[in-house]
Amino acid sequence: MVDIAIIDYGMGNLRSVHHALRTIAPTASIVVTDDPQEVEQAARVVFPGQGAMPDCIRELEARGLRAAVLHAARTKPFLGICIGLQMLFEHSEEGDIPGLAILPGKVVRFASNLCDAQNNKLKVPHMGWNQVQHGNHPLWEGIDQNARFYFVHSYYVCPQDAQFVQATSCYPQPFVCAVARDNLFAVQFHPEKSQGAGLRLLKNFVNWVPV
Amino acid sequence: MLAKRIIPCLDVTAGRVVKGVHFVELRDAGDPVEIARRYDEQGADELTFLDITASSDDRGILFRIIEQVAEQVFIPLTVGGGVRQVEDVRNLLNAGADKVSINTSAVLNPQLVADAAGRYGSQCIVVAIDAKQVQPGRWEVFTHGGRKATGLDVVEWAKKMQALGAGEILLTSMDRDGSKIGYDLQLTRAVTDALEIPLIASGGAGTLQNLVDGVKLGGADAVLAASIFHYGEFTIQQAKQYMAQQGIEVRI
Repeated sequence: MVDIAIIDYGMGNLRSVHHALRTIAPTASIVVTDDPQEVEQAARVVFPGQGAMPDCIRELEARGLRAAVLHAARTKPFLGICIGLQMLFEHSEEGDIPGLAILPGKVVRFASNLCDAQNNKLKVPHMGWNQVQHGNHPLWEGIDQNARFYFVHSYYVCPQDAQFVQATSCYPQPFVCAVARDNLFAVQFHPEKSQGAGLRLLKNFVNWVPV
Repeated sequence: MLAKRIIPCLDVTAGRVVKGVHFVELRDAGDPVEIARRYDEQGADELTFLDITASSDDRGILFRIIEQVAEQVFIPLTVGGGVRQVEDVRNLLNAGADKVSINTSAVLNPQLVADAAGRYGSQCIVVAIDAKQVQPGRWEVFTHGGRKATGLDVVEWAKKMQALGAGEILLTSMDRDGSKIGYDLQLTRAVTDALEIPLIASGGAGTLQNLVDGVKLGGADAVLAASIFHYGEFTIQQAKQYMAQQGIEVRI
């Protein structure tokens, strides 16, 4: 049986995610797959995503993976990363398209005229290492408050329901960078590129037994 | 808040890291995988590899280096040099690069930037610009490792690359490269102010104060340096501590 399936729908580079998981779970069987059946049979599912959300949704549909993603997000430990977080919501400003609607809320773009406290222009995409203020979900175990993770994105999620928010970061206003519900957890940053803190979060995911 | 990034740059040829002055006079600096690991341990925020010969023989060596580094280092890796078509971008991403940097080919074929960003996302497309001052307050884009003038204005070119889908600009001052007298701050400021996307300053860092100036005076979102780290003058930690003392947000 496959322990972890990384869903591959042809958008971007999944090698980093695969390397990172192999490093923290050397004995687990890990597959990168576009086969819906393999996703359904896996014990855990990682749902990454890069690029533009409309392309991601289109490629997901084209490979017949929508049902498998919806099923996994309801039934087993599920980790969304970056666009894999954004796609879980109902609607995105990027391309003005519907998402998978697993969580209520929408995805919006950072404003283009952001400034920091010293009145320096803030660039979009939000790119680099930012601090994360997190809740006490098991996936944060052993990770300091304000630990830095690597982000690269121009859009962020606005969940309708605050109870699903598991972390925020600031650019310059607070925005949601992690959500959780039951067996599902999803983050805006890239744990696979966030050195120690990122690897710890992935390890916590691999050991996570949702109640 | 978001940290300013420090990015060590590894110029690679024939499987070795080298560093030149004004793009020539190469000097050996060691094994790329070993150096990458050391910078990762010291807290580098990203790593950039530039294949500075990009001959076909060296290409295979570069892929093996990237594969080895990607297996051990969990921070973003940018790879550039000799990227001519979308397939080159794909191959580098498959080898383990997170971002690919395009320089000469963006000038010869700007559509490559749009195609690559359309296919793989802007987040992984860096456009590298080699800039040379041609008159006060005006800089021109050079290609082919700094050998060919293009007649293009650097600020206008950077804006065009942003419009075509570049996710980030890596701006190198050829006048300063390897000189260790500091970044061209006027150039850096002119380009970063014209952009919405992040800018990495490059070319000329010789002291820790130069890194601070690149951010504070130049307005760069990230600073790239090679010589000051390769030969053990400073560690990345020392650079970050110094920047933090000067009030710059860094990841320590």
